[in-house]
Amino acid sequence: MTVVTPYRSAVRGARDGFAQLLHAEWTKFRTVRGWVAAMAVVAPVVIALGLFSAAGNSSSCSDGPKVVPCPAVPLGPGGEAVSDSFTFMHRPLGEGGGITARVTGMTGIITYPPPNHDQIVNGLVPWAKAGIIIKESTRQGSAYAAVMVTGHHGVRMQHDFTHDVAGRPASAASPTWLRLTRSGDTITGYESADGVHWSTIGSVRLPGLPATVQAGLFVTSPADLTVKPNAVGGSIAQARFTQATAVFDNVDLRGAPPGTVWSDDQIGQSGTTQWEQEHKPAGVVSSGGTFTVTGSGDIAPIGQEAGQSIEHTLTGGLVALIVVMIVAVMFVTAEYRRGLIRTTLLASPRRGRALAAKALVIGVLAFAAGLVAAVVTVPPATRILRSNGNYVLPVSLLTELRVMVGTAALFAVAAVGALALGALFRRGVAAAVTAMVVVVVPAVLATASVLPLEVSRWLLRLTPAAGFAVQQSIPDYPQVIGDYSPQAGYYPLPPWAGFAVLCGYAALALALAVLRMRRRDA
Amino acid sequence: MRRELHAEWTKLRGLPGLGWWAPALVVVTVMTGVAASAAVTCPWAGCGSDAAKLSLAGVQVGQAVVALLAVPAITGEYGTGMIRTSLAAMPRRLVFLAAKAAVVIGLTLAAGTVAVLASVLAGRLILPGNGFTAAHGYSALSLADGPTLRAAAGSVLYLALVAALSLGVGVAVREGVAAVGIVLGLLYLPQVVTLMTNDPDWQRFLLQVSPASAGLSIQATVGIPSLPIGPWPGLGVLAAWAGAALLGGGLLLRRRDA
Repeated sequence: MTVVTPYRSAVRGARDGFAQLLHAEWTKFRTVRGWVAAMAVVAPVVIALGLFSAAGNSSSCSDGPKVVPCPAVPLGPGGEAVSDSFTFMHRPLGEGGGITARVTGMTGIITYPPPNHDQIVNGLVPWAKAGIIIKESTRQGSAYAAVMVTGHHGVRMQHDFTHDVAGRPASAASPTWLRLTRSGDTITGYESADGVHWSTIGSVRLPGLPATVQAGLFVTSPADLTVKPNAVGGSIAQARFTQATAVFDNVDLRGAPPGTVWSDDQIGQSGTTQWEQEHKPAGVVSSGGTFTVTGSGDIAPIGQEAGQSIEHTLTGGLVALIVVMIVAVMFVTAEYRRGLIRTTLLASPRRGRALAAKALVIGVLAFAAGLVAAVVTVPPATRILRSNGNYVLPVSLLTELRVMVGTAALFAVAAVGALALGALFRRGVAAAVTAMVVVVVPAVLATASVLPLEVSRWLLRLTPAAGFAVQQSIPDYPQVIGDYSPQAGYYPLPPWAGFAVLCGYAALALALAVLRMRRRDA
Repeated sequence: MRRELHAEWTKLRGLPGLGWWAPALVVVTVMTGVAASAAVTCPWAGCGSDAAKLSLAGVQVGQAVVALLAVPAITGEYGTGMIRTSLAAMPRRLVFLAAKAAVVIGLTLAAGTVAVLASVLAGRLILPGNGFTAAHGYSALSLADGPTLRAAAGSVLYLALVAALSLGVGVAVREGVAAVGIVLGLLYLPQVVTLMTNDPDWQRFLLQVSPASAGLSIQATVGIPSLPIGPWPGLGVLAAWAGAALLGGGLLLRRRDA
């Protein structure tokens, strides 16, 4: 009788878990001196470029020959930089009450519009505003709610600079009745075509509104923006003076404390233009219950034309990103060149898992390098810029964190994508060139002012370079006409949507790489 | 030299993927140019757009494809050990490098000419529909026009010089992926670094000395006086970069063991 003993390996099992795989991949990485050195220089490169460029950038304001401190940019209730200048005819208002007025029409001028920039024409810019406003005080940047007639966007209710609600699409030439009521912290806006039938536009809460606020009529008109191509192939934005004039009647303010009177102010005006001196000054003209209010400026958030954004200090990140992606490509293609891949797959026959371990190792390393780079660059470089007299647009702590962590995540996902391309192509140069052409090249061409605007926007929507949107700290607003071009620092997609595009491409490349690894011989 | 050229041509033909390299260069260049031309309109006379530069915008992406051929042409030999056979057969190392450069540059010139001519043709067909008409001061793109001819011919030379630069960096670095990183970094990053300074003198200086932005001024047909560097001097800057890279790579090749 024979007893068949099945073969049992003397090696204990359970030595091929994912942890062992990770350990193996980490060992492979750290034993190549060149890769470790390259990853180690990532953070210093970004930090050095960021700090040196911050130290080299200085800015000052002058009044004639002498240097003066730059005028402070007002901050809105949300902490964002705002533009808050308008002609304001106002009267104090108590805790309960409201204001009603009829705008009988709005006209205006635009100086030197395209195509020839050679004359002053009658007309309104799309966001010229005339209406009624309830504002915490006459201080620039204080909380407010307003209903208004605009140049081309009908009736709107706006509050606290960043919020905008559309009302009827009324024309600026036809009479419109507007009403705001206050009850404690709550302001409600109404509009009417005839002063009899009223419809509500919206109701907003302005927390912490003092007992006595200012209510009244306002007119403002933002500068006319024209963007034209420059010699290098990008674009230059130019802003030109405009002015709006609106006629109000049937002005009725209820709830004013006794003994108060109407007064008018130019909020936030610095200097007057030649047009205002010679033709029509800003201000209020009243005759028999009719008020003609003329003004320029804007009540709106301001963007990167007013100063630098914090992510500007991370521009050197592109240099580091190239290094990270090159290392990621080599991390896998070196295995194919040296034949190590056969040993790797012998030790871990489940091929998808082997690639996942590799991706995790390179992703974590890239994330760590990117995080160190961003955290050591952004806050100090911002401080240096400010101490050199530059205006850096303020952002919330949460946004600053998103910019820094987003940069690290961008590095990580780009590295994983590059690794996947390496596994897909198996040839280092082809994978590296592809990674560059889809990530770095679109970003450079779109932001460095060499491509036309629309091309730049489409590049940053469709290519993995959309991921750089995660670094944008200052949002764009539909109710403001700005130079929202990639060259000016605005991406066409919202931060996380852009990042999702990059993640999608990386996931696709990784899936294709796994598929190809499973199907083909190593 | 003829035998060296023949040997290099044989090796280049054997590079994996060469069959799709030339079509890739043409397609990438032309498609980018088409996308750029299709997206830009000239709504009024004096809109200031540069029609020739616009139709040749694809060169900015095509240069990466050039590096894709020129770098492996040399680093591939180091990767497989072929370099030892090559140098045993062609002991005069500078002649070997010159033969390789001649073959790679020749191939780039041929494919680049096709890509550039197709780009100009596409621009000629697309741009008039976008307002680049005689009424707005634009005649149809034509190589009979001096500046357009200069932009087109210069673009072909530009691609050839990028090939030379890639080869020089490749022979110096010997590791393909790292060499590609350096070449593409040299071509694309100066434009970004320029944005980091707000000193106009520095910006101008960086644009004058960086290989891509100086070299690409050869494409300008509008606003030439306001460019940081003129068309031909700009191409000269790129030629200096390429020459320095080839020379440095050649000296290293002579000194080092293979």
